Amino acid sequence: MQLTRRTMLTLSTAGIAATAMGALPAFASPTDDEIAKLTGGAELGEGAITLTAPEIAENGNTVPIEVSAPGAASIALFADGNPVPNVATFTFGPLSASRSASTRIRLARTQNVVAIAQMEDGSFQKASANVKVTIGGCGG
Amino acid sequence: MASDVKPRVKVPKTASAGDTITIKTLISHKMESGQRKDSDGNPIPRSIINRFTADFNGQNVIDVKLEPAISTNPYFQFEAIVPESGEFTFTWYDDDGSVYDMKKKIEVS
Repeated sequence: MQLTRRTMLTLSTAGIAATAMGALPAFASPTDDEIAKLTGGAELGEGAITLTAPEIAENGNTVPIEVSAPGAASIALFADGNPVPNVATFTFGPLSASRSASTRIRLARTQNVVAIAQMEDGSFQKASANVKVTIGGCGG
Repeated sequence: MASDVKPRVKVPKTASAGDTITIKTLISHKMESGQRKDSDGNPIPRSIINRFTADFNGQNVIDVKLEPAISTNPYFQFEAIVPESGEFTFTWYDDDGSVYDMKKKIEVS
């Protein structure tokens, strides 16, 4: 085969594209890794879980977050822009009424907060919210 | 650290049987994340509350695993069902091994 400039270009572009495709899973964020660890790669449903977070948080040191998922056995919270994605895991006992909880969390910068609920039937539900942070909460 | 830790809990004093009540808890704790550095650039070691539980008459209501991303003075609000009169026990577990607890009675009619 004669290597013209055109074939060279096509070949190299294809090569780069292939490399990028192959490397993608390695770029998966730590949050995705943690979620996969929790769910075992199970499919994530949506709708049965509500995550309430402010759209804009002036101070990333205390961001009020509320999660609620009727029928959940546990809810895990993740923040994908924090140095450590895990935030908290709520496990509900037999005397828990509505499967909801609110707390205050730290966010290092503008990012997504993700809540994963494990339902009593073993399935998983996901909700996420983007929070804009004006002052980060990691005390750099 | 253990000296200035003060738990505070808000539980209604009375309720009807089977009612859903809202509980608010707060504990004063600096929740040192382990990410910060002091003025000399040395990392400040992590010191947080890593677990919080609430039980009613020995039955669990909520069990929370805390990470450094929980704010200073960890605050939780949640709901519980009260089938009969009894006592709530709230327990916080510190990284340094300390355990703080608080009990609250509730009259159920």
